[in-house]
Amino acid sequence: MSDPVNSIAEWLRMILSGWGLSEGLITLILAILGVVILATFVLVVDILLVWVERKMVARFQDRLGPNRVGPFGIIQPIADVIKLLIKEDILPVGADKFIFNLAPVIALATVLLLWAVVPFAPTVIGADINVAVLYVVAVGSIGTLGIIMAGWASNNKYALLGAFRTVAQMIAYEVPMIIALLIPVLLARSMGMQTIVSAQSPWYIFVVPLAAVILFISSIAELGRTPFDISEAESEIVAGFHIEYTGMKFGLFYAGELLHALTVSALIATLFLGGWRGPFVDQVPLLGPVYLFVKAFLVYYLIMWIRYSFPRVRIDQMLGFNWKFLTPLALLLLIVVAILDKAMVGVDTVWYVLVMLGANLLIVWGTVLILRRYAQIERVRIAEERPEARAPEAEMGELLGQE
Amino acid sequence: MTVMQVIFLVTAVVSLGGAVMVVTARNLIHAALWLILTLFGVAVMYGLMSATFFTVIQVVIYIGAIAILMIFAIMLTRRVKQEPGSSVNKGWWLAGLMALVLFTALVWMLSTWPGFQTTLPELPEGFDSIQVLGTALVSPDGYVIPFEIASVLLLAALIGAVAVAWERKS
Repeated sequence: MSDPVNSIAEWLRMILSGWGLSEGLITLILAILGVVILATFVLVVDILLVWVERKMVARFQDRLGPNRVGPFGIIQPIADVIKLLIKEDILPVGADKFIFNLAPVIALATVLLLWAVVPFAPTVIGADINVAVLYVVAVGSIGTLGIIMAGWASNNKYALLGAFRTVAQMIAYEVPMIIALLIPVLLARSMGMQTIVSAQSPWYIFVVPLAAVILFISSIAELGRTPFDISEAESEIVAGFHIEYTGMKFGLFYAGELLHALTVSALIATLFLGGWRGPFVDQVPLLGPVYLFVKAFLVYYLIMWIRYSFPRVRIDQMLGFNWKFLTPLALLLLIVVAILDKAMVGVDTVWYVLVMLGANLLIVWGTVLILRRYAQIERVRIAEERPEARAPEAEMGELLGQE
Repeated sequence: MTVMQVIFLVTAVVSLGGAVMVVTARNLIHAALWLILTLFGVAVMYGLMSATFFTVIQVVIYIGAIAILMIFAIMLTRRVKQEPGSSVNKGWWLAGLMALVLFTALVWMLSTWPGFQTTLPELPEGFDSIQVLGTALVSPDGYVIPFEIASVLLLAALIGAVAVAWERKS
């Protein structure tokens, strides 16, 4: 009873070998079964997410949100899905049919792929590979590909613009994200998710909070959520890369976006908030997923909070923020953490954590000072008098008036 | 036939077919996407040989960076779709001959290599290939000099790119 998932797997393995199947085939069947169960579970959570997101945004905007279908409107997403399924499926003129249809699948599939490396409990993980952190980066880059394909295949200028913006943003924010991901890897001495979770005593957010913040910001940018949603900025390019998509194909993008947010939250929870760690998890492994999802939804709530509170940044601000601020900061933090880690070999854990935390806070303090100085300079620059642009007719009128 | 062999054969067919499509596809974007399929096939090959690090790096570098950069460049050019005329020129048989000769030579060279006949060795339990790779890259008995030279080369390229793109205020 201590480990239900693996017990069931063992039981199935015994039944299948009783049927006389070969060892390799049984492993394959069990693997496929595991993939189907995990993907289905995640997609069912995804349907619920639609409700969570809509209810949340309603509260942030002082509304009630969906409340007609079922208790608290919880069946609303099912109604939404049915609506999307029976909508007309439109293929735009001049669109590249195959790529157009493939793009939403890739967009959702890459998000599902990320769940393979999320550890749910001490013994329950899709694939405990030793390069899990790099795997996350790799899968993320395939997700970018889905968006490019959607933007290009739609044969629409707005869609293409959205795709261009996405690429610029994704490539840029991958840099601080990877550097921030390196820091837990450095502390845990491994890229495997289970090892990172097991090594977190205390949670890494208390050791390197700045890395968590950098990862959080760059993850929001990778998600393309406000304030970094320039790839689908409604007021500029209508809907961006998914402008031509209708019905369930649009639904796949929508579901993919919501699920991506939860997935990224789960990854941040795993890397910095201790993943499945929590009280009594050693006695009752079933508590692991509960802790993981509680932490993931906490991060998800933060992402939503930011999404519905901040205005969108301009594209130059977005790129400048990344290259001039986030990337140097992440690099500095990585160097400091690496040096401190090497200098404190064999030091007591309490002192280790305190020194690391102190170094982080010191960097934050310095950054805030620099930012304040920068803001002062900017204010002076903006307050400066600039030559006014005037219409030629106005000057003519003035000249005539003088005469 | 084991499951591994089936996966290998499927991957081989898919990557080779993708490679053929790269050179025959009329549409440049399609060619780039076929190239991605081929590169992905190579990644799966690494995975079959339990080289997890190379699997992931193959995807990160070749699909995540190079292929996306190529697609980006193609999307910025005009007339992606229509390229009239034959896609082979007069000297195609010469190129084919050269490719055949090179292929035969490579196969022959590889067949004389002692590792050609060995089957994939099972990795011992708890073997961390990344740790070994990392140590080898920076240890003096390992590959520290090539590693450092590559780093300096990349840094020089980085500085060169900045120098080229630098806008002189005059």
